[in-house]
Amino acid sequence: MFEVIAFYTFSILTILMFGIVVLSKNALYAMSALAGGMIFISGFFFLLGAEFLGVVQIVVYSGAVMALYAFGMMFFDTTRDVKENIQYKKILYTLSVLSAVLIVIIMSAPLFSANIEAIYPSMVEGVGNTQMVGLVLFTKYLIPFELAAVMLLVAMISGILLVSKRMEMNLTEEDNYEEKGEII
Amino acid sequence: MIGLTHYLVLSAILFAIGLVGVMKRKNLLMLFFSTEILLNAVNIGFVAIGHYYGDLSGQMFAFFIIAVAASEIAVGLGLLVLWYKKTGSTDLDSLSMMKG
Repeated sequence: MFEVIAFYTFSILTILMFGIVVLSKNALYAMSALAGGMIFISGFFFLLGAEFLGVVQIVVYSGAVMALYAFGMMFFDTTRDVKENIQYKKILYTLSVLSAVLIVIIMSAPLFSANIEAIYPSMVEGVGNTQMVGLVLFTKYLIPFELAAVMLLVAMISGILLVSKRMEMNLTEEDNYEEKGEII
Repeated sequence: MIGLTHYLVLSAILFAIGLVGVMKRKNLLMLFFSTEILLNAVNIGFVAIGHYYGDLSGQMFAFFIIAVAASEIAVGLGLLVLWYKKTGSTDLDSLSMMKG
């Protein structure tokens, strides 16, 4: 009973939040709604018994990613409303409704007849989710884990390089190339 | 009770919301928000399937998707800041330079 109530509450709240993200004209409202939606999604992870993933979702998404977005928004003018001129409104809405209905039908149709229950409900007795995640991550998925670490390092270096102001002089040639000689 | 179908339908609905956002938005920052919604919808599907089959691989892939999303934002926002410094707009139409 608790699961049913929690599922429906969280799903309604998540859909509402993401609806605000998609439809809002103000960038700040959209960002706050996105952060709220991420936290509600972590509720589903707790419901599904993936506690570690839920905590990671809260820390990474509503912590790191939202801080990055807030940092990026300081560069842009976010106080005024976002102006978007959409030319083909009728085609856009028809395509949106059609694709939405199609995706929901495709995802749900083959599974409605066979509603799957857990085949192996519990993993190992006495081992929590976090321990189990650690065991699997460092044995079966060790190489993807290392690759993800290298990918995050590359992303960090590129982020620093792109946003940093001193290095931007070297990146673009047309402005201030006379100062370039002093820097290098 | 809540079965796998419920979670998959929810995941599909969220994915559809993200798709509508990708089609509708013209601002590049808002477009990034919509891609986040797409990735999160897929994450819910992965974790639900992993839970109902008693397999941890779904959660592992959700982890890697989160890592990919984080690095995507870092690189994408860096490029967007550079573009904004150059042109003074984050509009998607300002990117279309090839007039045929």
